[in-house]
Amino acid sequence: MAEHKSYSNKIGLWGWLGGGRWGFERYLYTLHRITGLGMLLYFCLHIFVTSSRVFGLDAWEKWMGTFESPLFMVGEFLVFVAFAFHALNGIRLILIELGFSVGKAEEPVYPYKSSLNVQRPLMVVLMIVAAVLVAAGGYDLFALSH
Amino acid sequence: MTKKVQKETDITFYIRRYNPEKDDKPHWQKFTVHVEPGMTVLDGLHNIKETQDGTLSLRYSCRMGVCGSCGMLLNGRPSLACNTQILDIAKKVLTVASLPNFDIVKDLVPDLTPLFEKHISIHPHILRGDSGEMLNPTGEFYQSPDELTGYLQFTYCIKCGLCMSACPTIATDPEYLGPQALPQSYRYSKDTRDDGFNQRKKIVGDTHGAFRCHYAGECSNVCPKGVDPARAIQLMKRQLVWDYLKLRRRRAKSPILGKPEGVERIPEIPEPPPFTV
Repeated sequence: MAEHKSYSNKIGLWGWLGGGRWGFERYLYTLHRITGLGMLLYFCLHIFVTSSRVFGLDAWEKWMGTFESPLFMVGEFLVFVAFAFHALNGIRLILIELGFSVGKAEEPVYPYKSSLNVQRPLMVVLMIVAAVLVAAGGYDLFALSH
Repeated sequence: MTKKVQKETDITFYIRRYNPEKDDKPHWQKFTVHVEPGMTVLDGLHNIKETQDGTLSLRYSCRMGVCGSCGMLLNGRPSLACNTQILDIAKKVLTVASLPNFDIVKDLVPDLTPLFEKHISIHPHILRGDSGEMLNPTGEFYQSPDELTGYLQFTYCIKCGLCMSACPTIATDPEYLGPQALPQSYRYSKDTRDDGFNQRKKIVGDTHGAFRCHYAGECSNVCPKGVDPARAIQLMKRQLVWDYLKLRRRRAKSPILGKPEGVERIPEIPEPPPFTV
């Protein structure tokens, strides 16, 4: 085939983040990745902070004192939100990726329904559970702790 | 269901143009088209090409959602230009661009070569150990209607590339086999006439294979034929996991049905033509 000049139209990260007329599951896909990366960042910070104990009690208490500010409280809550979402959505993905809750192949009849419709009740239930967890976590963190 | 009343109006088309002989990168060009109810985007593009700018390049063929040639990004969503009516998706403005995740050859013409290369890589044909029977068949491979239903949905793929351009995973991993090739690997692995699972699993179970999919579901949302690639990919993963755990059920290959014995052929029915290959 003759060589021809063409323009690379790959959209990179915009493929994750680009909104528009997309389905709900695509946002869950993006959020799952963002929360996963967020928790990885938290995990690294967590190891860094807890390792301060080897430098003595003073170093440990200095770091712990830093985290008592309201800003870090909110950050801690966001980590919990990320955990609740990532865990519950992860259960949905594990079930789906093992072929559960996507239904069997069927003759497509217009207007088409897909496996997305089949898994949606599971998605709704798990997202409600995640929301309840987040509410309980927020109540515990902001109302009971003070 | 009450039908939405649509009135003829002027629609502004913003078309993403790219001429490899002149341009370094694409740019948007504005056109105004008088649109009547029922006009498809392909009709609108033809109108522009015939009355405003004959240099506009686009690919199309059947005009009825069968050939899969006219895939484009319409108002941010991968769609077929021939089965999308303008007034269904635009009130005043319509943006038209080449499919993302594929290189642009010119204007609205994407380079679908990666799609076909990936499709070929999964051996999209019946693989069987008995090559003698494949070359010189002595009868038909029997398949029940239920067995047919198990993969029929995935045979309707028209290779338009909409699923691959909607896939967020391909956006960051161009090597990913994607929602066109992976469902086809499941389609053949599920076919009782086929015996090529072990050959295909090396490709679809690899780093850029089925397990890169995390069910964004956009492929199924944009598919114009209801193929539901997302479902096929998950079912393929199920087969791969079950196979890895040695839990995959071994099914018997389709039996070969020879000519029935002890019956006479109805004389009015002509004999089939001789084999040509």
